[in-house]
Parts: sequence; structure tokens; C-alpha cells
Amino acid sequence: MWLFLLPSFLGTGIFTVFPFLDVIKRSFTEAFSNRFVGMANYQTVFENEAFLLAVKNTLRFLGVCIPLLIVSSLVLALAIQKMGEKKKVFQGAFLIPMAVPIASVVLFWKLLFDKNGFLNGWLQIFSIAPVDWMNEKTAFAVLVFSYLWKNMGYFIVLWLAGLNGIPATYYEAARVDGASDWKCFFYITLPQLVSSFTMITILAFVNSFKVFREAYLIAGDYPHESIYMLQHLFNNWFVSLDIQKMSTAAVVLAVFIAVLIGVFLVLEKRLEMRSRE
Amino acid sequence: MKKRILFLTLCFICLLFVTPLLIMFTSSFMGAGELSETYGGVLNNGDEGIRFALFPQYPTLRAYVELLLDSPGFFVMFWNSCKQVFPVLIGQLLVSVPAAWAFAQYEFKGKKILYFFYMILMIMPFQVTMVSTYLVLSKLHILNTHLAVILPGIFSAFPVFILTKFFKSIPKPLIEAAKIDGASDFQVFLKIGIPLGYPGILSVLILGFLEYWNAIEQPMTFLQEKELWPLSLYLPNIAVDKVSVSFVASVIMMIPAILIFIFGQRYLEEGIAASGLKE
Repeated sequence: MWLFLLPSFLGTGIFTVFPFLDVIKRSFTEAFSNRFVGMANYQTVFENEAFLLAVKNTLRFLGVCIPLLIVSSLVLALAIQKMGEKKKVFQGAFLIPMAVPIASVVLFWKLLFDKNGFLNGWLQIFSIAPVDWMNEKTAFAVLVFSYLWKNMGYFIVLWLAGLNGIPATYYEAARVDGASDWKCFFYITLPQLVSSFTMITILAFVNSFKVFREAYLIAGDYPHESIYMLQHLFNNWFVSLDIQKMSTAAVVLAVFIAVLIGVFLVLEKRLEMRSRE
Repeated sequence: MKKRILFLTLCFICLLFVTPLLIMFTSSFMGAGELSETYGGVLNNGDEGIRFALFPQYPTLRAYVELLLDSPGFFVMFWNSCKQVFPVLIGQLLVSVPAAWAFAQYEFKGKKILYFFYMILMIMPFQVTMVSTYLVLSKLHILNTHLAVILPGIFSAFPVFILTKFFKSIPKPLIEAAKIDGASDFQVFLKIGIPLGYPGILSVLILGFLEYWNAIEQPMTFLQEKELWPLSLYLPNIAVDKVSVSFVASVIMMIPAILIFIFGQRYLEEGIAASGLKE
């Protein structure tokens, strides 16, 4: 049996686990002398303005786009579920953006959000003044929009899988008792979806970090400061090969995410116990 | 009536979702003149607003011909993408299929913790492991080679995570029956696990292809020489250099992904649904 696991363990060890231990060590030492410096690197990172800006923007992005995606994809999934045979077609239309490489639609985003682009052209009809979408505060909204566009289909499929797992007999019994649509939704659908909810939130988080691809391809290394995120920061520190800062920030990020997942799993257990009662 | 409104609203939203792709596709049939006339305000840094055109007025294949005959750079990048994507996929299968089989079918000490560890690895964004992977690659002296993108990709935790769920759904009695008939552990894996787990294997291949065909972060970090870049990273540069072929290049890059999507939609959806299961 261990033979089955060996290749995966070896590779993960060589490429992820051991180097990460090395990174943890580096986060506590000085760059060239390898002298132990305690928390000095951490202090430098936490006092770094770019880091603070990036953390703020990343948290803001996560806080806006994850709830937005989860709720809107649930609403669409509920609507699609009612469509019977045409379900597959709708599902497909929403999923295509996920399949398409970002590089091949970047050009469209440029046409849409440029100062002379489509969007401003349409807004002109309502005599709204043109906006340079990617170079003002609106860049944040553009990024949220492209995240929703790319991920909506994936999350609709996730919700639909959860919805299909709810036994139809539950609804039939509720109908017999005269429950309304809303009552069914709040007392059957939502509690039954709790177990899907955790994984869906985690996946929304995973995918939110990939929005860097759009941000980078549309706006480059130094975008408008409202969308300067941790991913940009890592990238720019990487270019200047600032290994100490990067190591420290990587450890901070890893710890933060691990704690977040821990809290989340505990919350889920509580919720599940409550919905069972 | 209510259902009809719902249906129409859904249709409208769907249309919005596919519009970017439609515009890319139809614009690829515009000639150079029409392109600069329609989109000049953006692409050539003009001052005028651009026109929204659903269809080209003078459809032509000239841009396609120009790209095919006159843009060797494009093919180098396309080939780079292939050289990086397919070895990753093959490697991922060789490594993750047996590992997932072990996670799904065997009981051993520490299994839960190990599996949880793989889940954590799957969740960690690229930026967390970026420095550490860079340090290993530089120690192995393979930075700036295709291997720098391929090797770390092979040992991704995601396929292990998904495949385990597919393998778990194989009925246990089937496996026990085979064992009673004297099949060895390895035979059971080859003769029962792989054939019955093939929907999972296809799902992983499709999800993997879409992910790596779209790779940005890894090649950007581990490949400094632009000659090694895959299309997913290089494409926006083509748009700047040669406006006339930029739409065609985008469309050609989209085609493999769309084909795989069309033929594999079922497995793609199964794979996505599997990624949403925790146990």
C-alpha cells in the first residue's frame, strides 16, 4: 500500500514540505549571515507600507467578492434548477468562461473598460461622464466583475450538486403540511446546504487568489492602488529577489489561512449540530 | 407566467456571460482596416470612442492567413504551452491516481491527518509556496527550463483530492470479491480501480488542462526567458505588437479549451461537484 503513496509523498516532500520548512527558518534569520534574528523580519514586513496596503486590499477584495459570488450563484442555481430539461444548456453557458484562458479575453476587457471603450459609450447615452475604469477606484469593481464572470458557472454547478442531494420526499412532506415556497427554502433547503457551504466558501477563497491573473494581464505589475494586492506584492518582491521578506510574508499568509480554515471548520460543526436538533 | 419571466431573465444573463466570447470570435474575421476603424480608439490609443459591432461588415480570413503564415512567434508559444501542459497532466496521473487509490481504499494510521494535509495544500494559494518552490528549483538548477513549470505541477494536491472521492464511490463488495478470487492488491488497482474510476480520471484531466492551459503565475515566476513562455502568458504581448492578428491569436488559443469543454462537459461538471465534497 505504501508503494501507492510513495511517489506523491516524495514529490510533495521535495517540492513543498521541506522547502517550506527552509522558508520558515529563513523568516527568522538574516539574509547573508544566516544569523538568528528573532522576529526582526516580521517587524520589517509588518511596518512595510506596500505590505499593509496589499493586505488591506486583499481583505477588502475577499470580503466583497466571496459573499457576492456565493449568494448570486445560489440564486442562479435555484433558478436553473427549475428549468427542467434546459438545465444543461444554462449550466453550459455559465461554465464556458471558466474554460476560456484569461489571456484570450483580456482584449475584450480592454475594449469594454477603456476610456474610449464600450461601457463609456453606453453610459454616454444616459449622459454619464466617461470613466477610465482601470485607472481609477473603479478598477476594484472591474476586478470583482471579472471574478464573478469567471467563477459563476463553477459555483452554480457546486450548488446544484448540493441541491440535488436533498431528498425530494422532504419537500413533498412539507407541501402536504401546507408549507409555502419561502418556508420550504428556509426550513429545508438552507439547512440541508450547510455541509456544501463550507467547501464552497473554501473554494471561493482558493479561486479568489487567482484573480491576480486578470489583474496582471489587464493592468500589469503596478495597477491602480485600489487593486494592488498581496499577489502583486509577492511578485514585485520576487523581482527584487527579496527572499527574506518573501519568506516572512509567505509564513504569515500560510498561518493566517490555516487559522481561517480552522475557525471555519469549527463553525461548520456547530452549525451542523444546530441544524440537526 | 412567473416561470416565463424567470426563463427570460436567465436567458438574458447567459447572453451577457457569453458576449465577450462572441465578440472575440466575430472580431477575428475583421480585416486590419476595419479593426482600426472600429476599435482604433482603444487599440491604437486614439481619442474617439469605439463602436460596438456584433458582426464584421467585411468578413475576411486575412488575419487567420497572416497569423498562420507570418507569425512564427505565435507557434513557438503555442508549442511551449503544449510542452508544459501535457507532461504535467501525464505526471499528475502517474502520481495522483495511485495515491488517491490508497487514500480511498486502505485504512492506515494517520490517514485522516494526511488527507487533511493534502486539503490544506490544495487551499494554499500559489504565493505561499512561491518562494519555497523557487529555492528548490534553483538548487536543482532547472529554473528557466520547461521542467521548472512541469515538476511542481505534477505534485499538485488537487488531483489527489478529487480522485480520492471518485475512488471512494467504487462499491467495496466488488473489491472484496476480487480479493477472494486471489487478485493481488496491484491487480485490484489495475483491473477494478482504474476502469471504474475513469470518470474521475477524465475529470482530473479536463480540470488540469483548463488550469494549466491558462497558467500565468508559474511561468511568470520560474521562466525568465520569454522564449520559453506559454501562450497564456505571452498572448497579451502579441496584441500590442500586431493588432491585426491579436483577435485571431486569442481565438486560436481558446479553441482547444472550448473543444475540451464541449466534449467533456459532463466529466467537467462531475469533477467540479466532486471538488465540493469534503469527505
